[in-house]
Amino acid sequence: MGWIGETMDSIKSIKIRQLLTQAVTLGMIVTSALIIWKGLMCVTGTESPVVVVLSGSMEPGFQRGDILFLTMTKEPIRTGEIVVFKIDGRDIPIVHRAIEVHERKTTGAVDVLTKGDNNEVDDIGLYADGQMWLHRHHIMGRAVAFLPYVGWVTIIMTEKPIIKYILIGALGLLVITSKD
Amino acid sequence: MHSFGYRANALLTFSLTALAFICAIASFSDNFSNQNPSAEIQIVNINRFKKQSYGNDEVSLTLDITADLQSLFTWNTKQVFAFVAAEYETPKNSLNQVSLWDAIIPDKEHAKFRVQTSNKYRFIDQGHNLRGKEFNLTLHWHVMPKTGKMFADKIVMPGYSLPDAYK
Repeated sequence: MGWIGETMDSIKSIKIRQLLTQAVTLGMIVTSALIIWKGLMCVTGTESPVVVVLSGSMEPGFQRGDILFLTMTKEPIRTGEIVVFKIDGRDIPIVHRAIEVHERKTTGAVDVLTKGDNNEVDDIGLYADGQMWLHRHHIMGRAVAFLPYVGWVTIIMTEKPIIKYILIGALGLLVITSKD
Repeated sequence: MHSFGYRANALLTFSLTALAFICAIASFSDNFSNQNPSAEIQIVNINRFKKQSYGNDEVSLTLDITADLQSLFTWNTKQVFAFVAAEYETPKNSLNQVSLWDAIIPDKEHAKFRVQTSNKYRFIDQGHNLRGKEFNLTLHWHVMPKTGKMFADKIVMPGYSLPDAYK
């Protein structure tokens, strides 16, 4: 019965090595995705280099489900630029166009008023109570390029989280059962 | 190597890469278009010029805007967003830009236009500095492509001024 024991041992050891290799490969994939994301953050200068358009307020230019590439440079903010901003106390970034800019002579600080292209009125109603203008620290970036439709994947995963779990489960299964 | 899974995966990866490549090339081709837009703006009338109850100046004016933006349209253009802004300086602010009118131009046919309109958005100063103020009227345009890089530019038209007294 010694050779059964030996065979069992060798089978076990192969499985462990294979499992470890697969775990390391998975780790490498996740880490390289993270590196690319953080690298993009450095290059573009903004903490969210890619955003998905969630509302129809910039139609027909940006539809729901498009993705926007953002950068943030030291250049001053001017009218016509499509800016992405967050209101204090709210999480969702909003993508609208700056329609009014007032820049202080002494400090270079700016007051910015924004409006969605498809909205009737400017965004004063969206700002925090008593806030009349946006300032530079509210603005996360400027939109410079866009890709249509690609963002639907993110929207579906956010609005129907069950799909997210199914996808991750399927990916996990694939990794475990793959023979490489 | 010939299972359905592998083939589907290879097909998906290839099609995504090809699509990304095509989008990049489409966007890159925009660099080669020859653009020479032109515009002219006239102030037809100053309708109202007063100081609001809490101290800020407000102007309402009628503009006559003629523009030819047809050369901005390429095969990769989805729309052009055009707007007219008044730009001026005040003692407190080195730059004030106030958008007065904007329009979305969906295609080349609509890109040559003449429109007479009163200002779509309120022209309110931060303060009461507008009497006798000289300002530029700038026509900005923002080309939004079907895919890829957006670009914007403007024509600055100096030499407009507001009356010295409230109306």
